[in-house]
Amino acid sequence: MNLQPATLLTASLAGYAVGAVAGLLFLRRERAANSFAFGCASVAALCGVISCASALVTGAAAASQSFALFPSLIPYVQFTVRLDPLGAFFGLIVSLLGMAISIYSLGYARGFYGRKNVGVLGAFFNVLLLAVTLVFLADNAFFFLIAWEIMALTAYCLVSFEHEHEETRNAGVLYFVMSHLGTGCLILGFLLLFQASGGYGFDGFHALGEKMPPGKRDAVFLLFLVGFGVKAGVVPLHIWLPAAHPVAPSNVSALMSGVLIKTGIYGMTRVFFDFLGTPPNWWGVTVLTIGTVSAVLGVLYALMEHDLKRLLAYHSIENIGIILMGLGASLMFLHSGHPVLASLALIAGLYHTINHAVFKALLFLGAGAVLHATHTRNMEEMGGLAKRMRWTALFFLVGAVAISALPPLNGFVSEWLTYQSLLQGFGTTRNLIRLMFPLSGAMLALTGALAAACFVKAFGITFLAQPRSEHARHAHEAPFTMLLGQGILTAACVFLGLFPTLFLKLLDPITQQLTGQQLSAQLNASNGLVLSGVAAQGGTVSTLGITLMLLCLLPVPLVLWLCFARRAGTRIGPTWACGQASLTPQMEYTATGFSKPVRMIFKALFRPHREVQREYDFSPRFAKKLRFESHVEEIFQTRMYRPLNLLVLRLSRRLRALQAGSLQAYLIYIFITLLLLLLFAL
Amino acid sequence: MNLNLIAIVLQTALLLLLAPLMSGIIRNWKARLQNRRGPPIWQTYSDIIKFLRKDMVISEHASWVFSFAPYVVFLSALLAGLMVPMLTAQAPLSLFGGVLAVVGLLALGRFFLALGGLDPGSAFGGMGSSREMTIAAIAEPAMMLAIFTVAIGAGSTDLSHMVQASQGPAWKLFNPTHAMAFVALFIVLLAETGRIPVDNPATHLELTMIHEAMLLEYSGRYLALMEWGASIKQLVLMTLLANVFLPVDIATDTSPAELGVSALAFGAKLLVLAAEVVLVETTTAKLRLFRVPDLLSAAFVLATLALLSTFLFGQP
Repeated sequence: MNLQPATLLTASLAGYAVGAVAGLLFLRRERAANSFAFGCASVAALCGVISCASALVTGAAAASQSFALFPSLIPYVQFTVRLDPLGAFFGLIVSLLGMAISIYSLGYARGFYGRKNVGVLGAFFNVLLLAVTLVFLADNAFFFLIAWEIMALTAYCLVSFEHEHEETRNAGVLYFVMSHLGTGCLILGFLLLFQASGGYGFDGFHALGEKMPPGKRDAVFLLFLVGFGVKAGVVPLHIWLPAAHPVAPSNVSALMSGVLIKTGIYGMTRVFFDFLGTPPNWWGVTVLTIGTVSAVLGVLYALMEHDLKRLLAYHSIENIGIILMGLGASLMFLHSGHPVLASLALIAGLYHTINHAVFKALLFLGAGAVLHATHTRNMEEMGGLAKRMRWTALFFLVGAVAISALPPLNGFVSEWLTYQSLLQGFGTTRNLIRLMFPLSGAMLALTGALAAACFVKAFGITFLAQPRSEHARHAHEAPFTMLLGQGILTAACVFLGLFPTLFLKLLDPITQQLTGQQLSAQLNASNGLVLSGVAAQGGTVSTLGITLMLLCLLPVPLVLWLCFARRAGTRIGPTWACGQASLTPQMEYTATGFSKPVRMIFKALFRPHREVQREYDFSPRFAKKLRFESHVEEIFQTRMYRPLNLLVLRLSRRLRALQAGSLQAYLIYIFITLLLLLLFAL
Repeated sequence: MNLNLIAIVLQTALLLLLAPLMSGIIRNWKARLQNRRGPPIWQTYSDIIKFLRKDMVISEHASWVFSFAPYVVFLSALLAGLMVPMLTAQAPLSLFGGVLAVVGLLALGRFFLALGGLDPGSAFGGMGSSREMTIAAIAEPAMMLAIFTVAIGAGSTDLSHMVQASQGPAWKLFNPTHAMAFVALFIVLLAETGRIPVDNPATHLELTMIHEAMLLEYSGRYLALMEWGASIKQLVLMTLLANVFLPVDIATDTSPAELGVSALAFGAKLLVLAAEVVLVETTTAKLRLFRVPDLLSAAFVLATLALLSTFLFGQP
C-alpha cells in the first residue's frame, strides 16, 4: 500500500518516456504518431492523477520517502524524487491537466496533418509533461535544475513549433532569453543554499534559512523571487508571456498557462515556506505588492486585447498575481506569528493555483477549438459561434464564469478564501502596514470586476451575435476528443466550485508540512456543506447551497409564467436596426469598442494612440474611405525593456573590441582569467 | 429548521412584492418633486403583469444565452436578497454566504445581463454592456472597501454578524467612519442601480442608455423578469445600506412586537433612502460617461478615509 503511489508514479513517468519515443518512432506516419504519443500521455497522466491523489489522501507521511529514479555516478547529483505533499499537489495539477489536454490533442493534432510533423509535436509534448512532473517531484537541487532546463528548452521548441511565422520566432527567442535569465538567478540561489547546507538534497535545505546570516538569506529570497518570478510571469518580468503563450499550438498554450507558469509558484512555495524559515516582514509585503500589481495590470492589459489567446495569456498574469496575494499574506502572517491565518492564506493561494490551472486550460482549449474552426485568433472576425459550436460555447462560458470569480464556480471559492485571509489579517498587527490588507482586497475586487468585463467581451464578441467573417459563418463543432478534453476540465471546475470542503482535505498535509497547521476541519461547517472562515463567526459560504437554492427558486418565474403568460406566444424577429432594412455584422459592437471606456479611463497607463485617415471628394463630411488605427502602449516594453535592450546592445558593441580575432589575444585572456581564479582561490 | 423555511418563504415574498413598490415610490416622488403628477406608486406592478401577458419577440441572431440570461438575473438578485437581513437580524440564508456572496451573486446577474445585451447583435446592446461592465468595475473597489470597513469592525463577512455587532445605542453610529463609508456606498448604490448622475432610468435616447440599452431587445416575460430583477437588486442594495449602516430596531427574535417595530423601522429607513435618491436624481444633471469615474473614485477615496479613520476614532 505504501509503495503504491510511488510505483504508479514511476509508471506514469515511464509512460511519458514511451510516448516521447513513440512520437519519434512514427515520425513519418502521422496518424500512428498522434494516437501513440497522445494516447500514452493520457494513460501516463491518469496514473499520475491516481498516484498524486492517493499520496495526498493517505496523508503522505509514509509515502513521502525519496527514492532514486536511476543510480547516479556523479557526487552530489542524485536523481531522487520524493512524493511529499507539496510536490504531490502540484503533480496532481500537471497530471490532471495533462490527461485532459492529451485527450484533446488526439483531435487537435489532426489539424496539423500534412502541414507539420505531428510526431515531433507529440514527442516534445510528452517530454514536457515528464520534465514538469520531475520539477515538482525532484528532491535534489541538481536534478531540479536539470528538469527545469529540459522543461524550458522543450517549451521553447513547442513555442517555436510553427516557426514559419516571424512572430512565432521572435516570441520563442524572447521566451528563451527571459527563461534563462531566471535560470541564472536560480543557479545562484541554489549555490548560496549549497554553501549553507553542504549538499544539494532538498531535505538538507529544510528550514535552512534559520541558520543563514540575514543578508545572505535576503539575497537568496531575492534571487529566487526573480528566478521563479520570470517563470510565473509576474509584472514586470512578464513580457515574454503574452508573446509566447499565444503563438504555441493551443494544446501547448493550455499546458503552458495552466501548468508551466505554476512551476514558478511551486518554486516560491518550496523555497520561501520550506527552506527559508520564518520570513522577515518585508518579504511578505514585497510578494503581496507584486501580486496586487500583477493582478491589476494583468487584467487591464487583457481588456485591451482582441486576440483571443493573447487575452487569455494576460489573464494568466492576473491570476498569478491573485495567487501571490495569498502567498504574500501568508508570509506576513508567518512573520507576525499567526500560523492559522498563514495556513488560510496559503490554502487560498494554492486553491487558486489549481483553480486557475483548470479554468485557464479549459479556456485555452476552447480558444483552440475556435481557432481550429475559424482559422483566426482575432476576435473581431468571430461571432455567432454559440449557434455553430454549442458545446464549445457552453464549456467556454463555464470557464469564463469561473475565471471571473462568480459564484458558484471555483474561482469564487478561492477568491473568497483570499478575501477572508486579507480581512482577518487586519487584526494581526497594530501598525499602519495592516492597511495593505483591505486595500489589496479592494484591488482584488477591481481585478474581479474587470475580469468579468473582459470575459463578457471575450465570450460575447466571440460566441454571440452574428458572425463577423466568412470563416466564422462556416465554423463547425470540434471533434469528440476535443470536446471530451474540455468536458473533463469543465467537470473539474464544477467539482472544485461546488465541493470545496472535500477538496480542502487534500491540502491538509501541505499546510501541516509548511506551517504546522491543519485547517480543513475548521473550514468545514454543517457536515461539509458549508465553507467557513477560521475566525469564530468569521463568515460562511456554501456554493453548493447557492446552486441548490437557485434551483429551488426556479419555480418562482415558472409559476409566474404559468399564471400570466400561458397564452402568450413567442415570435422570432429581426433585431431592431433603427428602421434600416437589416442588421449587418458591421453594425455590431466590436471588441475594441467594448473596451474603449476602460481604455479612456486608464489612459494614463495605456497611452492610447489613434490615427484616422479620411479620403473624400468634396467635403470631409462624406468620407469615401476611412482608415482607423488604434493601439495601446505596453508601458514596460517601451519604458523598461527597450532602453535596457539598447543599453545591452551598446555595451556589447564596446565589448566587441575584445574580440579582435587573433588567437594570441584569446590565449592572453585565458591566461589572465586563470591567474585571477588562482588568486581568488588563494 | 422549520422556522428557517418559513423565514425563507416570507423573505422571498417580501422581496418579490416590495421591490416593485420601491421603484414605483421613487418614480412617483420624483415626478411630484418636479411638479408632475407622475405614475401611481403601483405602476411597476401593472407594468410587470402587462409584460408577462405579452407575446415575446426574440431576435433571430440571439442564441440560448439570450433566453438563459433573464432567469439568472432574476434568480441571482432574489437569492442575494435572501442573504441580507431585512426584518430580523438573522438573514434566512446567511449560512450560505455573507456579503461577499451577495456581491458575487449581483455580479453574476450583471455578467449575464451584459451577455444578453450583446447577443442580439445590436450596437445599442453592445454599448450598454460595455458601459455597464466598465462602471461596475470601477464601482466595485469602492463598494468592497466600504463594506470591509464595517466587516473588519465586526470581524466577520457574515451580514447577520455585521448587523448584530453594530447593535447598540444609536448615537454610536454617528461617527465619521460610518458616515464616510455610508456616503461611499450610497454613491455606489446610485451607480449600481442606474440612477441619475450615472445613468437615467427614464431616458428614451439610446445613445445615453446603459441599463435600458441592454434590455432593448427583450420583450414579454423575459423583459418582466429583467425589470423585476433590477428592482429586486435595487431593494437588496438599499437594504444593505439601511440595515448594515443603521442597524437600529432590527428584530433579534421572532416575537410579533419586535417584528412589528422592525418592519416599521425598516419601512422608514427605506423611505428615507428613497427620498435621498429622489433628491439626488432631481437636483443633479446626468454626468458624461467619462466623468463617472471621478464620482466613483471620490467614493473610493471616501471609503479609504473611512478605513483610515478607524485608526483615529477606534473601531466602528
